[in-house]
Amino acid sequence: MSEKTLSVNKTLLTPFNIFAGIVLVIGFFITVLRFTKGLGAVTNLSDNNPWGLWIGFDLLCGVSLAAGGFVTSAAVYIFGMKRYHSAVRPAILTGFLGYALVVFALNYDVGRPWRLPYPFIIQQGTTSLLFEVGACVALYLTVLFIEFTPAVLEWLGLKKARNLVVRLTMLLTIFGVVLSTLHQSSLGALYLIAPSKLHPLWYSTYLPVYFFVSSIIAGLSMVLFESTLSHHYFEDKMDETHLKENTGVTLGFGKAASLVLAGYFTIKIVGLAISNNWHYLTTGYGAWFLLELLGFVALPCFLYAVGVRDKNVKLIRWTALLTVLGIVLNRLNISLIAFNWQLPSSERYFPHWMEIMVSVFIVVVGILVFRFIVTKMPILYEHPDYKGNH
Amino acid sequence: MSLTRRRFLGWIGAAGASTVLGSSADASSTVHFKGYADSFAILHDITLCVGCRACETACNKVNELPPPDLPFKDLTVLNQKRRTTAKAFTVVNRFENAKTGSLSPAVFVKKQCNHCLEPACASACFVKAFKKTPEGAVSYDHSVCVGCRYCMVACPFEIPSYEYDNAFSPRVMKCTMCHPRILQGQLPGCVEACPKEAISFGKRKDILNIARERIKKHPERYLDHIYGETEMGGTSWLYISGVPFEQIGMREDLGITPAPELTSGALGAVPIVVGLWPVLLTGIYAISQRKEKVSAEEQALAVAEAVEKTQALAKQKLTGELEKAKKDALKDKDSAIKQAVKKALDDAAAAIVKQEASNV
Ligand code: SF4
Ligand code: SF4
Ligand code: SF4
Repeated sequence: MSEKTLSVNKTLLTPFNIFAGIVLVIGFFITVLRFTKGLGAVTNLSDNNPWGLWIGFDLLCGVSLAAGGFVTSAAVYIFGMKRYHSAVRPAILTGFLGYALVVFALNYDVGRPWRLPYPFIIQQGTTSLLFEVGACVALYLTVLFIEFTPAVLEWLGLKKARNLVVRLTMLLTIFGVVLSTLHQSSLGALYLIAPSKLHPLWYSTYLPVYFFVSSIIAGLSMVLFESTLSHHYFEDKMDETHLKENTGVTLGFGKAASLVLAGYFTIKIVGLAISNNWHYLTTGYGAWFLLELLGFVALPCFLYAVGVRDKNVKLIRWTALLTVLGIVLNRLNISLIAFNWQLPSSERYFPHWMEIMVSVFIVVVGILVFRFIVTKMPILYEHPDYKGNH
Repeated sequence: MSLTRRRFLGWIGAAGASTVLGSSADASSTVHFKGYADSFAILHDITLCVGCRACETACNKVNELPPPDLPFKDLTVLNQKRRTTAKAFTVVNRFENAKTGSLSPAVFVKKQCNHCLEPACASACFVKAFKKTPEGAVSYDHSVCVGCRYCMVACPFEIPSYEYDNAFSPRVMKCTMCHPRILQGQLPGCVEACPKEAISFGKRKDILNIARERIKKHPERYLDHIYGETEMGGTSWLYISGVPFEQIGMREDLGITPAPELTSGALGAVPIVVGLWPVLLTGIYAISQRKEKVSAEEQALAVAEAVEKTQALAKQKLTGELEKAKKDALKDKDSAIKQAVKKALDDAAAAIVKQEASNV
C-alpha cells in the first residue's frame, strides 16, 4: 500500500512536472493581469516598439517551427516517399499543436482578442499582408485539425469516420502546402512595408522567399529534433515500424535539410549582392549578420552533409538543434534585434520578464498536451486495427 | 469540411484580385495615386515656429484628451525629444540650429500624423480601420480595430500610438487632421491656435504653390525642398525649413515609393501560388504515383515470373520424385514379397523341425 503511493508520487513529481506546475501557476496569474490591467501592465511594448516577444517568438518562430507538418506530409503523400510514413503523424500533431498555440498566444498580444474574427466577418483588409497571414493560418489550422483526426478517431474506435477522413488525405495535403506557402512567406512579407525600420542586411524584397525556404528547413529540422526527444522520452510508445524507419527518416531529412540550407545560403548571398549591402558587413550589425549566416546556415548545411555521408545519426540530431536555434535567431533578428535599429538605444525594446514567462508558459502547455496525446493515441505507433492501411 | 476547394480558391484569390481592383490604396498596380483632387493639406513653416506649444494645447482641447503631466505653459518639456503618444497627437520638438550650431535661434518642429496620400497604416490594416478621406484626412475607426498594431509597425513616420493601459477598449491614437471640424467648415484646432501663422491650411494644390512661392521669394531663408510633396508618395502635411530636414528629426531616406507598392509584389503572388501550386503538386503526385505504379507492376510481373518458375521447378521435382517413389515402392514391394516368402519358408521349415522333434 505504502509502496504504491510512493511509486505514484515518484512518477508525478519529476523535475519537469514540478517546473511545469510552477510555470502554469505563474502563467495563470500573468494571464489574469494581462486581461484585467491591459498590455501595459505586463509588457515592455511601447509606441515605437509595437511588436515584441509575443510576435517575434510566439508568432514568427512558432509558425516556422510548426512547418514540419506540411513538409512531412508533402514528402510522403505528394513526393511519394512512403518510407517516411511513420514520421507523418508526429509531425502533423506537432504542427497542429504549434499552430493552435500560435493562435492562443495571439490572444495575449492583440489589444482586443475577441475581435480576431473581424477581419473575416466585418471588413476584409485585403491590402494587408497580415490579412493573408490570418486567413491562411485560420484555414491551415482547420486543415491540420482534420489531418490529425484519424488518430483521435482510431483512439475512440470510430472506424467509419476515420476511413472517410483518410480518403481526404491527398486533398488536405495539397491544401496544406498551398496555405503554408502563402502564410510562411507572408510572415516575411509583413516586414516589406517597413524598409525604413528594418536593418538593410535583413530587409530584402526577397523576405517572403527567405521565410518560405527557411520554413522548410525549420520543418525538417524540427521533425528531427522532436524525434530525438520522443526517442528519449517515449521510446516505449514506438512500434517496430517507427523504430525501423527512424534511421531512414533521419538520414533522408538530414540530406534534404542540407540541400535546402545550401539553397537558402545561396539566395541570401544573392540578396546581399543585389542590394549591394556588402559595406554593412564591417559594422557591428554586419558581424551579427555573419554569425547568423555562417554559424547557423552554412555550418549546419555542412554538418548535415557530413552526418549523412557518415550515416552519423547523432551528428544529424545535434545539427537539427543548431538549425532550429538558427531559425529562432533569424526570426528574432528580423522582428526585434535588427528592427528599429534606427532608434537610440534608450528607446529600444527588451522583453519584460512577464512577456518571457508567458512565452515559456505557452511552450510548456504545448509540451504537456503533446505528452498527453502521444501517451494516449496512436501517434508513434500504428493502431493494430489499421496496420499498413493508408 | 464544408469549404470546397473551388470556394476556397475563389476566396483566397480575392485577396489578390481585390487589390487589383482597389481604388485608393492600390496595392498591386504601379499606377501612382496622386491624391484626391480637391483634398486639403496643411503647411508647417518651420522657420516661423517659435515653440510656444499653443498647437499642442489646442489639439488637446479639440480632441478632448486627458490633461498632460506638465502644463502646456511649461517649456522645459522641450529639453527632451518627444514623439506622439496616446495622450498627445502632436508634439513640438526643439533642435539645434545647424546654421549657428547652437540653440540660438533654436529650430522648432511640430510633429503629428502626416496624412499620407497612400498611407502605410491603411494598407497594413487587416480590418480596413484606416481610410484616406476625400478631404485629405486619414481617418481611423476604433469600432473595428483588433489591436494588432501592424499599422504602428508600418507607419514610416512613427506616428500611431496605442492605449496599452486600457484593458477592455484600447485604441490606436493619432492626429485626425481634425476631420470632424473640417467637415463642419472649421479650421483644425492647431491651425487656428498658432499665433505665428506657422501652420496654414488649404487645398493641397494651393498649399504647394504657397510653399513654392515662399521658397522662391526667400531663397536665403528656405532650402529648396518641400518635405511631404513626394516623401512616401506624398503627404497632406507639408513642411518647409531653413535647415536640412535630416538634422531636425525628419528622415530624408524614406524615398518616394508609396507604402502599398512595397507589398504589391508579395500580394500579387497570391493568386499565382493559389493557381499554380495545386496544379504542380498534383503533377508531382501523379508522377510519383505513376512511378510507384510502374514499379509496382514491374514488381508484380517479377513476382509472377518467379512464382511460375518455382512452380515449374516444383512440378518437375514433384514428377521426378513421384516416379522415384513408384520405383522405390516397386522395389519395396519386391523385397517385401521376397522377405515374406522367405519368412514363410523359414517358418514352415521351423514348424517341420518342431513336429519332427515332438514325434521323436
Ligand atoms: S503618417 Fe503614419 S499614421 Fe499618418 S497617415 Fe501616414 S502612415 Fe498613417
Ligand atoms: S491595430 Fe487596429 S488599426 Fe492598427 S492595423 Fe491593427 S486592426 Fe488596424
Ligand atoms: S490637425 Fe487636429 S488632431 Fe491634428 S495636430 Fe492639429 S489639432 Fe491635433
